[in-house]
Amino acid sequence: MSIEQREPTAPEAVAVPPSRWLTALRLALAIGVPVGTVVAFWWSFGFLRQGDANRLVILAVALLVGVLGVFIVFWAMDQLVDWLPARFREGVRPYVFVGPALVILTVFLIYPVINTIVVSFRDAGSSGFVGLDNYRFVFSDPSMLRSLRNTATWIVVVPLVAVSTGLAFATLADRLRHGESVAKSLIFLPMAISFVGAAVTWRLVYSYRPQGFGSNIGLLNAVKTSVVGGEPVAWLSQQSWNLNNVYLMVIMVWVQTGFAMVVLSSAIKAIPDELIEAARIDGATEFQVFRRIIVPSILPTIVVVTTYMVINAMKVFDIVFVMGNAEANHTEVVAERMIRWFFIQSNDGRGAAIAVILFLAVIPVMVWNVRQFRRQEEIR
Amino acid sequence: MSVTAPLPAPELAPVPRRRRTRRGGGTVGTTHAGWFTRITIVAVVLLWLVPTAGVLITSFRPEHLVETSGWWKALGHPFSTGEWTIQNYRDALDTGGFRNAFLNSLAVTVPATVIPITIAAFAAYAFSWMEFRGRYVLFVLVVGLLVVPLQMALIPISRLYVSGASVGGVQIIPNLQLNGTFLGVWLAHTGFGLPLAVYLLTNYIRSLPSSIMESAKIDGASHFTIFWRLVVPLSVPALAAFAIFQFLWVWNDLLVAYVFLGGTQQNRVLTIALANLVGQHGENWQLLTSAAFISMSLPLLVFFSLQRYFVRGLTAGSVKG
Repeated sequence: MSIEQREPTAPEAVAVPPSRWLTALRLALAIGVPVGTVVAFWWSFGFLRQGDANRLVILAVALLVGVLGVFIVFWAMDQLVDWLPARFREGVRPYVFVGPALVILTVFLIYPVINTIVVSFRDAGSSGFVGLDNYRFVFSDPSMLRSLRNTATWIVVVPLVAVSTGLAFATLADRLRHGESVAKSLIFLPMAISFVGAAVTWRLVYSYRPQGFGSNIGLLNAVKTSVVGGEPVAWLSQQSWNLNNVYLMVIMVWVQTGFAMVVLSSAIKAIPDELIEAARIDGATEFQVFRRIIVPSILPTIVVVTTYMVINAMKVFDIVFVMGNAEANHTEVVAERMIRWFFIQSNDGRGAAIAVILFLAVIPVMVWNVRQFRRQEEIR
Repeated sequence: MSVTAPLPAPELAPVPRRRRTRRGGGTVGTTHAGWFTRITIVAVVLLWLVPTAGVLITSFRPEHLVETSGWWKALGHPFSTGEWTIQNYRDALDTGGFRNAFLNSLAVTVPATVIPITIAAFAAYAFSWMEFRGRYVLFVLVVGLLVVPLQMALIPISRLYVSGASVGGVQIIPNLQLNGTFLGVWLAHTGFGLPLAVYLLTNYIRSLPSSIMESAKIDGASHFTIFWRLVVPLSVPALAAFAIFQFLWVWNDLLVAYVFLGGTQQNRVLTIALANLVGQHGENWQLLTSAAFISMSLPLLVFFSLQRYFVRGLTAGSVKG
């Protein structure tokens, strides 16, 4: 494999002996070697580009390059450092270890943040500045405004329902003598499924066929017509009271409740027994134990789980996108609009403006989340 | 400090703890589940299972039955041979192209899991056990990048892949034509996964006992040897947890694959193939459900076989931006 080809690129950079050049040397190594790596990877990819080759062979080559390649690169870089004069070696080596991470983060996260902000002030093809036009569009276009409103609903409803259901279930399951872990696994199971898979799963539940287009095979319509009676309903087109949005939120609640439940359940189990026993001996009812002891004890965990879900709900994309007809059904959400404008309408400026707004909305929640997470670690 | 230090969020790591005596014991104030509790739990579990059961059952029913009756009707006569078929899976795998999509998903997911872990583990080792200028600042910078949502990176990266980057008319990054290649997706997932990976692995590797590192150093081991022979084996719990999180994240991802790999017949991964199928044959339920089940099969397998690591991985990943 042509991974070896990257070796010749580095020695020139390495063979600069004077000590005052050490910083330059470090810099050259940290930047030059990973860039050489990328180029080497790219060369080995000539083969993978051949579309007509056998898929299994392509898979094997991809796995070999992807899995072994990255390790060999580190090993080779470490060997190169050993050729350096002894006094430089240990000064350079740390940068070989962190260099690739820093290069990739610079290219894939730091540069994009700056670039997206710049692009958000430019026009569709990013050829001229348009000032705040893209932001004006975001806050005036009816479909965009709906997406902002819908996302606001998502970030309230989904965490609220998922966390309270998860908490209730964790508390109840905690009392089971047998089968607690089985019950918890089954609630947790949807976490393994992609949002696309979950969307397909629930499309079957919500399935509706108008008269003359075949029989109605959706579970919800079967339940509705046999319990309430009347005609089957096109659930996903119900715009009154934003009901169809709620039906989409149900999918995310279904996926994420298990996560809240598992995390909260382990927090409940960490509450000291004595605390609960003492309350019971003092005559507290089970509900009082729950409200006055369990909930306050696990409040930090509830906060972390809730912020996590808020961020996920802010960025929800797959469910709405796969269900389709977002505009017709008024189910647009912010992240879905971003892809719509950037990828499908090829309007980089508007897509970038939506991304920036998402970024600004996520930052405070995320900062808070990371700080809570760190604080929990410190308590340990 | 124990070598088997738990992951950085013990409160979040839902490894089942020992049963407490209070539960089902005979101590004062004992409560155990009454009928109300048990019935509620069973009802909720059934409610949660029904949608998946519908997909599974529909995927094994022949087309003419799927078209005319709800999947729950099959429960009425589970043993009649005309009720079941595996033809749907054959159709999905062969004519539907899901065999190809499955292989593509593997080719995307495995390297997109291994590459960020390897890079992050080396960086985490350096942040924990090597002395260099800027160590603290760089680590804070990496953790700070957790706040960047994926959406912020999509436009610049796809422009980079299609046309490179130039500053003031000077091409500083050549046009690599990475759009639509596996490498492009691997690198993108690596970039998006790195802050979390570095953060989690540094927390873990830093907590390893320093006496081990020092005695290895006295024995003349190089950093590379210490890393590979000592740190990696000792960090298996943290590595496994992140690996499972990243594996699921990439396998179930639609957005990154959609933007960087595209929806061509040849390249598309399972999530994209499934999303396309919804768009094109939205009412072709026998095909949709079997395709959906193909895409769920591997994560479900991981779920059932590695459940403890699986849960730990997902909770560890809960700070991903």
